[in-house]
Amino acid sequence: MSEHHIVSPKLYLGIFAALMVCTFLTVAAAKVDLNQYFSGLNIIVALVIATFKASLVVLFFMHGKYSPKRTQLVIICSVFWLAIMLFMTMSDYLSRAWT
Amino acid sequence: MHRTGELFGQFETMDQQRESASLGMWVFLSTEVLFFGGMFMTYTLNRSRYPDVFGEASRSIDLTLGAINTVVLIGSSLTMAMSVWAASVGKKQLVTFFLIATLILGCVFLGIKGIEYHQKFEEHHVPGLNFSFEPGASVATNAHAQLFFSLYFAMTGLHALHMIIGAGLLIWLIKESMRGRFTAEYNTPVEMVGLYWHFVDIVWIFLFPLLYLIDRH
Repeated sequence: MSEHHIVSPKLYLGIFAALMVCTFLTVAAAKVDLNQYFSGLNIIVALVIATFKASLVVLFFMHGKYSPKRTQLVIICSVFWLAIMLFMTMSDYLSRAWT
Repeated sequence: MHRTGELFGQFETMDQQRESASLGMWVFLSTEVLFFGGMFMTYTLNRSRYPDVFGEASRSIDLTLGAINTVVLIGSSLTMAMSVWAASVGKKQLVTFFLIATLILGCVFLGIKGIEYHQKFEEHHVPGLNFSFEPGASVATNAHAQLFFSLYFAMTGLHALHMIIGAGLLIWLIKESMRGRFTAEYNTPVEMVGLYWHFVDIVWIFLFPLLYLIDRH
């Protein structure tokens, strides 16, 4: 049995600060026309920042980093299933050139 | 059922009991990921089909209120995490304090959401209630804008419903915490509601850029 890990308030505050910086960044990035450099760059940047923020929450606020491997497996599976749904459905719709 | 203190008969140790609860909670959250996932799927498809109308409709939502709400909700995740910490080191009064702080921030979020919904109602942006997007907009634009606002209300509404359930759970925790039930050895309910609360926060972390930040430049 693994020892129950206690995360310090200092780390929680650090994560909170990082999340605030990312929130500011995502609003700032949305106000710049990034699509002129590369079509769709705005949404990519927004999603990368959101995924990074979500990872911080899962790893530290939700103790994902300190969880047993079988719990981490469940966490990864949930994201994987979501990816299957998005990927398979979109590849179907986007390849229907005749509609 | 045979039970010794807070240790139920089917478990050998408190650690095993805690890990089982957390595994079960994560399995539940996986079903929640797919529950919200269906809506994100619908959103992705329609946004890829009607990017311009979605951008225009997105710009009509109040960005300031959305950004404030993001800060409020992440703040409530911090206080929730702090209450889990306070419980795990056995500071009973701090647990109650941080739970109340989380509840207050959650209610502030819902209040701001209410103001936003009211704005949308006044702008006639609620699908099904004398919806009109812009004077002179074509039938197609109107229809596609309705799609955006339907998704906006369905997604933020489902999120808000989760917040309301979370607030109910917090009220229960505060009651139990004031009775001094949560100790360094046993604080599983605080930890599990914490997992749920953080999950709801993650949903918002994705909703905010997807609904409020399309074509803001």
